[in-house]
Amino acid sequence: MRRSLSLYGLTFSLPLLVWQLLFFVFPLVFLVALSFWTVKNFAMRPDFDTVNWVTMYGRGVFWQAYGTTFAFALAAAVLTSLLAFPCSYAIAFKLSEAARRWAVFLMVIPFFTSYLVRIYSWQIFLSDAGIVNVLLGKVGLGPFPLLNTAGATMVGYLTLNFPLVVLLQLFSLVFIDRTLVEAAHNLRCGRIRTVFAVIVPSARVGLVIAALFAFILSFGDFVSPIYLGGGKATTLSILITDTTKSGQQWPRAAVIALTMIGTLLVVAFVAVRFAYKGRSK
Amino acid sequence: MSDTAQDINRNPAIDWGLKAYVILAYAFVFAPIAASFVFSFNSDRFPSIPLGHFTLDWYRAVATDPLVWEGLRNTLFVGVTVGVLATALGFGAAYTDYRYKFLGKQVYLALALLPPTIPVVILGLAMLAYLSRIGLSGNALSVIIAHVVICAPFAMAIVRLRLSQMDPDLEAAAWNLGASEWAAMRHVIIPFAKPAILGALFITMAVSFDEFAIAWFVSGLNETLPVKVLGFLQGQVSPRINAIGTFVFVTSMTLVVLAQILLTGRGAKSRPAADE
Repeated sequence: MRRSLSLYGLTFSLPLLVWQLLFFVFPLVFLVALSFWTVKNFAMRPDFDTVNWVTMYGRGVFWQAYGTTFAFALAAAVLTSLLAFPCSYAIAFKLSEAARRWAVFLMVIPFFTSYLVRIYSWQIFLSDAGIVNVLLGKVGLGPFPLLNTAGATMVGYLTLNFPLVVLLQLFSLVFIDRTLVEAAHNLRCGRIRTVFAVIVPSARVGLVIAALFAFILSFGDFVSPIYLGGGKATTLSILITDTTKSGQQWPRAAVIALTMIGTLLVVAFVAVRFAYKGRSK
Repeated sequence: MSDTAQDINRNPAIDWGLKAYVILAYAFVFAPIAASFVFSFNSDRFPSIPLGHFTLDWYRAVATDPLVWEGLRNTLFVGVTVGVLATALGFGAAYTDYRYKFLGKQVYLALALLPPTIPVVILGLAMLAYLSRIGLSGNALSVIIAHVVICAPFAMAIVRLRLSQMDPDLEAAAWNLGASEWAAMRHVIIPFAKPAILGALFITMAVSFDEFAIAWFVSGLNETLPVKVLGFLQGQVSPRINAIGTFVFVTSMTLVVLAQILLTGRGAKSRPAADE
């Protein structure tokens, strides 16, 4: 099957390579260059000046946003993983083959609905006169200010992450060797203990990767913190959109973006190391 | 797996509780989708319960808004172009991965699969800065360029899965029977991968239809429909979002179901040999 690359082979392999180099790698590399440009009189000039880095890193607002974003994303990753696990576990071990297929199909549907529309829909639920408060009012509670809170932002992150996390967890759970579970049961290992001593370690890679994706998605999302969180807690993605959309401070936005990429690389590296720890032996 | 039914640890109450939890989880996932559908037909300006009366006003408002039509035209034009380009690029990459081994293949695959893991705000900013530098920003073309970058990996994954089901000797057999590489591609590989190619086409179109963040950064005045929705969300909140959302949902789901039929329909047909 292996032959040296020919005209035939290049016809199929080159287009994607060229496209991703031109329009994926180059823009990201350009972002690095851009972060050293200067802005004078509302015009960007190619330059090699660390002023943007110094300015951004010297600002309390930036570090505050960084802390908020990191804490939000971490909380979203943990919360989504914890809430999704019983669901994935039940789908993997308690449902029939046919029901599981349906469950997977239904979990895929949200990927093809507009995230924006779902967020707007949550506003209908959470606003002061919204569905949740009306229902609470029926039993004599509330109204509670639900919208424009950190809790509402979390609901948004859950909306974004939950289907993907369930699918990824499910994917690792269905491949667990059932004989391991049965062996644990035969050895009189209790139900809860089986979950934590057998199932979770066996599915660790998938569980950690799922949490990692939840972190990445939440870290970069600007819709939930603005339209459900009310923009009260500024996140890095809000800073980027504000800095980019209002004026010519793109070099500063580039600094934020590169800081985000750096953070994500470190987090991804740590997560993958943790996921495969002791695996290769 | 019904064999777990013999578990000594099986407790019906816990099983029941877990199943109830699953239903609750799906309720959470589908609540916003269902609400958007219901309220798109509801008369109230500020949607809540109890429901107002049934109305098509929001659909009418959307249908008579020339800006929405322009957004729809942009979305369709972008989506179809992206679907075709991303599927072609993704197919090429999947075939490359299937057939060749070469130095730097890991890097090649990383380039082919990584883009969807980069946060869209960052890609949006990078694309905007880069494309405006080379004079390509602020039009439908820039949205197409950016969307192909994030859609091609999906197409590649779908086609690659299909190719992995193909007997690797099949292509070699065609060569031994005197077919050129091009002929083998045309008569063996492409017919075999056809359901996945069409599936990838629909899935990538659906992804492009819903993508708003990168499109918002690079589109300039040629806004696509999801960017319009973002505009509505920023301005006066209005149930028109629900009407557009329901319309986009129905369109996307039609594409996905078509893809699903194509992708699962293959199983029933001859598995080891090429279709047709």
